[in-house]
Amino acid sequence: MHYSGDLDMTRRGLLLGTAATAALTAAPFRAPARAATVGETAMPPPATGADAPSLSPVLSKVTFTVNGQRRDLELDTRTTLLDALREHLHLTGTKKGCDHGQCGACTVIVDGQRINSCLSLAVMHEGGSVTTIEGLGLPGKLHPMQAAFVEHDGYQCGYCTPGQICSAVAMLDEIKAGVPSHVTADLTAAPQATVDEYRERMSGNICRCGAYSNIVDAISDVARREA
Amino acid sequence: MRPFTYERADSPAAAAAAVERRPGAKFIAGGTNLLDLMKLEIETPAHLIDVNGLKLDTVEATPDGGLRIGALVRNTALAADPRVRRDYGVLSRALLAGASGQLRNKATTAGNLLQRTRCPYFYDTAQPCNKRQPGSGCAAIGGYSRQLAVVGSSDACIATHPSDMAVAMRALDATVETVRADGTTRSIPIAEFHRLPGDTPHIETALMPGELITAVTLPKPVGGTHVYRKVRDRASYAFALVSVAAVVQRDGGGRVALGGVAHKPWRVEAAEAEMPRGAKAVTAGLLADAKPTHDNAFKLTLVERTLASVLAEAKG
Repeated sequence: MHYSGDLDMTRRGLLLGTAATAALTAAPFRAPARAATVGETAMPPPATGADAPSLSPVLSKVTFTVNGQRRDLELDTRTTLLDALREHLHLTGTKKGCDHGQCGACTVIVDGQRINSCLSLAVMHEGGSVTTIEGLGLPGKLHPMQAAFVEHDGYQCGYCTPGQICSAVAMLDEIKAGVPSHVTADLTAAPQATVDEYRERMSGNICRCGAYSNIVDAISDVARREA
Repeated sequence: MRPFTYERADSPAAAAAAVERRPGAKFIAGGTNLLDLMKLEIETPAHLIDVNGLKLDTVEATPDGGLRIGALVRNTALAADPRVRRDYGVLSRALLAGASGQLRNKATTAGNLLQRTRCPYFYDTAQPCNKRQPGSGCAAIGGYSRQLAVVGSSDACIATHPSDMAVAMRALDATVETVRADGTTRSIPIAEFHRLPGDTPHIETALMPGELITAVTLPKPVGGTHVYRKVRDRASYAFALVSVAAVVQRDGGGRVALGGVAHKPWRVEAAEAEMPRGAKAVTAGLLADAKPTHDNAFKLTLVERTLASVLAEAKG
C-alpha cells in the first residue's frame, strides 16, 4: 500500500476511531434510558447468585506460548483467550464474531486442537501453546491452506476466514488421527478425506457470505496435495 | 460478566471442598457452556475452581468388562476411543451428533452431563424463568415452545435437557461416580442422575452442593446394533428436536432412550418389551403421559417415525 503523509493509517486504526466516536455519541442517550428501564420494569432482575459477594475485578498472571513466542500476561480473570490475543497481544487476525461459540470466527489451535477462543478463559491456558492465523503463515510465506483459500477464492468479506483456515488445518489433522464424524459410515474404519466429511466437520464455522463451496474446494486441494 | 476469583484444584476432594466452602463457587472444566452463560450473567459464580489438572482424563477398562470414563475426557476423545466405537457405538454416534468440532475438543464428559437447557426463556434474562430465578414463573408455557418438552414437564417448567451424549448413556445404563469434600464417594445410576422439573426446576441433578463428578462408568457391552438418530433443523450443529438412541438385538428386543423431549434423557424400560412389535407400540408406552403444547405436538409423531426408521435400519 502506498498511502502518504496524513493518510498513513491502518484499517483497524480507522475502525477504532469510528467506534470511539459512535460510543461518545450514543452514551448520553443510553445512560438515562437504562436507568428508567430499571425503575419501571415489572420483570425480575437477572439471577445473580444472591448469596455471592459482589467482587471488584480480579487480576491473575498467566504464561503461555503464542505462535512460538512466550507471553507473560497479567489479566482480569474474566478475559477470554480471544480477548487476550486481540486486545492484549494485538494479534487481531483472530476475529470476534458471535462471542458465544456459535460462529467459529475465533477458532485458534491450542496444543494441536482447534477450539473457540471466545469460550475459553486465558488464565486456563497456563503453559499452553496457541497458534493463531498469524502463526500459520504471513504474507510472502503463506501456509498451504492460506494459499489455497486465496487461489480458490474461499471468502468474500474475509471476516470468518482466519477461523475457517485455523479450523480447516486442525480438521485435516483430526481426520489423519482417525477421529470419526457424524457422517462417517463405518465407525470402526479409518475416516476418509471426502467432501462430505469436510462439510460436516466444518459446521462450526459459519460464513455469512456463503463461500462454502469455494472453502470446500480449498480444503480438498490441500488434502489432495498432502495425501 | 461478573468478576470472580480463580484457583486451580490439585485433587478431586480438594476441589469439592473448595466449592463447598465458598458461596457462589463453581467448578470449571471445558467451560463451553458455563462461560457462555456467564457472559449473559445467567451464571454468576464469584469463584471458579479449575479442575482441568485433576488427571481425570483417561478411559480405562473395568474389572467387570466395562469402561470407566474419566470426568475430563473430552467429547472428541471419547467419540474416537476404539473401544467406544466398537462396543458402545451409540455413545460415539451421539457424541458426534452434538455441537461442533471445536466445542467437542473442549467439552468434557462431566460437563456434557451438567450442561444447562437451551430454552430461549432461560437465556432471556428479561423474561421470567423458574429455572433461572425460582418462583418467577415460566414464560415458555404459552410462549414459543416448538423446541421444548412434551413429556415429564410440569406447570413450573417445560425445558428440555440438551445433551446427546446423556441420551446414549441412559440407553447404556451408565453410572455417574462422584466425590464429596470429605472424600466420600458414591455411584449414581444415570436414570436417577437427572431430575424432572416438578416445582423445583432449578435443581437439575442428584448432585449435592460441592459434589464433583469423577467418572462415568459403562457396564460390559450388551452387543446388538447401535443407532443414534438425531432430527434437527439443520444437517449439523443444531440441538435435537427429537433424538433416538437405540440398541437393538437380533430378536428385535433392546433398549430405546429419547432426547429432545424431556427435562432428562427419556427412557421407559416397560415400553421396550414392545420393541419386536414395532415403533407405534413402543412410542405409545414411551409417551403415554405426554402433555405437548400446541407448538410441539408434532414431536409425538416425529418420535414414532424416527423410531420406526431406527428399527428398520437396525434390522438391516
